Amino acid sequence: MIAWLNYFSRFKTELLQGSLITLELTAAGLLIGFVLGLGLALARSYGPRWLRGFASAYISVFRGTPLLVQLFIIYYGLPEMGITLSQTVSAYLALGLNSAAYQAEYLRGSIIAIGSSQMRAGRAIGLSRWQTIRFVILPQALRLALPSWSNEPISLLKTTAVVFLIAVQDLMARGKRMATKTYDPIGSYLVVAIIYLLMVFGLDALLKFVERKTRIPGFDAEVKKA
Amino acid sequence: MPEPILRIRKLTKKYGDNVIFHDLDLDVNEGDTIVIIGPSGTGKSTLLRCINLLTRSDSGQIWFGDKEITAKGTNEDRVRQQIGMVFQNFLLFNHLSALENVKLGLIKVKHLSKAAAEAKAMEELERVGLADWAGHYPGQLSGGQQQRVAIARALAMDPRIMLFDEPTSALDPELIGEVLEVMRSLALDGMTMMVVTHEMGFAREVADRIVFMEKGSIVEEGSPIEMFNRPKFERTREFLWKITELYGAKDHDET
Amino acid sequence: MPVIRQELKGENLDFLTLLRYIASGTAYTFGVTVIALPSGLLIGTLLAFLYVYGGKGIGKVMNVYSTVMRGIPPLVLLFLLYFVVSKGINLSGFWAGSISLGIVSSAYQMEIIRGALLSVGNDQLMAARAVGLSRRQAVINIVLPQALRLAIPPWSNEAAIIIKDSSLVYALGVPEILRRAQLIGASTHQPLLAYLSAALIYFVLVTVTNRLLNLLEKKLTVPSNH
Repeated sequence: MIAWLNYFSRFKTELLQGSLITLELTAAGLLIGFVLGLGLALARSYGPRWLRGFASAYISVFRGTPLLVQLFIIYYGLPEMGITLSQTVSAYLALGLNSAAYQAEYLRGSIIAIGSSQMRAGRAIGLSRWQTIRFVILPQALRLALPSWSNEPISLLKTTAVVFLIAVQDLMARGKRMATKTYDPIGSYLVVAIIYLLMVFGLDALLKFVERKTRIPGFDAEVKKA
Repeated sequence: MPEPILRIRKLTKKYGDNVIFHDLDLDVNEGDTIVIIGPSGTGKSTLLRCINLLTRSDSGQIWFGDKEITAKGTNEDRVRQQIGMVFQNFLLFNHLSALENVKLGLIKVKHLSKAAAEAKAMEELERVGLADWAGHYPGQLSGGQQQRVAIARALAMDPRIMLFDEPTSALDPELIGEVLEVMRSLALDGMTMMVVTHEMGFAREVADRIVFMEKGSIVEEGSPIEMFNRPKFERTREFLWKITELYGAKDHDET
Repeated sequence: MPVIRQELKGENLDFLTLLRYIASGTAYTFGVTVIALPSGLLIGTLLAFLYVYGGKGIGKVMNVYSTVMRGIPPLVLLFLLYFVVSKGINLSGFWAGSISLGIVSSAYQMEIIRGALLSVGNDQLMAARAVGLSRRQAVINIVLPQALRLAIPPWSNEAAIIIKDSSLVYALGVPEILRRAQLIGASTHQPLLAYLSAALIYFVLVTVTNRLLNLLEKKLTVPSNH
């Protein structure tokens, strides 16, 4: 039973490499998801009707289907149309497109909360709509969204585990390799579980730190009323 | 002179180092209407909650009827079945209609049949003037109506004493009158009541005794005439003057 | 492992036949969900009550359970449980998957119900006790009914997540929707269509579930003018 404890040292490099890949996947998915998600949130809040509809549909579809299916469509399905992507790129894309749908909801929520009164204030001093969005609404909305948005990086970190099913060599894949080498699946996956847990704790601490640093003094109390 | 229905002896309550009240002595006779006044945060609400054992006092004794309810091993639920409480924020059960709010205690605690409970509940709602609103939910009622349902709910249990914790403080001004009216008729019917309030008109007209509390102790108590016209202490006079100015003296309680 | 019948092989199978083949995996998806969701609810509710009303020590234990179960990727837990249980009993992927999803879900559902119980608030409890109800009566008759109503929206979210996460049992070889899509996609050289069909089926399942729960929420809403 204690044998699995020295898997940590035996497979040090493998596990480290796998963890790095996992973190890369998380970062890529988060970034792509943020850019796209922000676009979707803005589209739904300020866009013309057709754009709003499209954004809603996108969010609906990507939140209504499993990530694994989305991943398979991209990696196994697209080649049929002539688009062949590597495992890693497919993973980045799937994670990013999926995350975008969830991030869009968080961001839209806080845009609405900051919303129309700040828009009125911005327009009243002569800023254009877009300027108000950029300089007045978004800075506040992004900070406001941070606590609930913080769920997404952590959720994403856990979600990346499925990409091992298309042979991306992330932490989960290394776990599987360990299992075949040691004939001890329980110990191996236990090690993997612990490492994921540690990464989640670390990420959580990092996010809380960022939250503290970017807080606008006196702002939270006021916003709670809204 | 019959024994007081409620006797409080040397009651003390602390939260950590903060002394809420200490060594309080108070007697309440059956049929009395006691109005407790004083600046905010002097432990008036806490005192009420100690009386019906929602909060446990740190030392001292409370005698209700012939039982010492602060003694170990007291069945708190039983005690609360005989003491009615009305809260500042009404605290009606949000998922139940007015009628169901009043019925609940009758069914779950007094074990009345559904029919008997319903009949009694309707009676109490009639008493507070809300029989027509029996099927409405708290979200559909005004503050004054909610508070009257809360009173009916407490009365349905046939309590021996009713405790009112700032019953009108959360109400819009035009709704205060209907609640005070219910309380006044209750007092005239002979209910034993302890009321924490700032409504001086009510105090002056309905109270048998007014108790002035400040900084955790009872400064003075006496009949309304004594308290308003011949208070013994300067602090009492000062407070009464301030509060009457604020709440508009006599014209206020005219409904 | 289901065998592809001879007539299903070959190019360009008609869409309906394809769809029907894949949709037959819904039984497994349904099965996993129907086992995982209610068991998660049962355990989660029990734990939530212990957490809220059980005192400090128990609260800490619950906190650890919640943190660990929500910090590990469901896929990892799936594998762990499958292998742990397989040591003793010969468990199929279906049952291992269902039970592990149930355990993971119990942690999330515990948080949902705990949140709902706390939202109802102590005041309602106090008012119930003032009428003479015992603590037990107060919790059952006053707090619980209100908490359940508050819990429906986040719970509906959790139900959707379970339906989607049921696709993870693919990794344990269970012939559910995704596995079937893969098989028939490969044998008919129509992977894109196959996976899109799978996505469609999941989408329908998730949307219908959401709609039904929305309806339930509306039915249970207490009338209010505020």
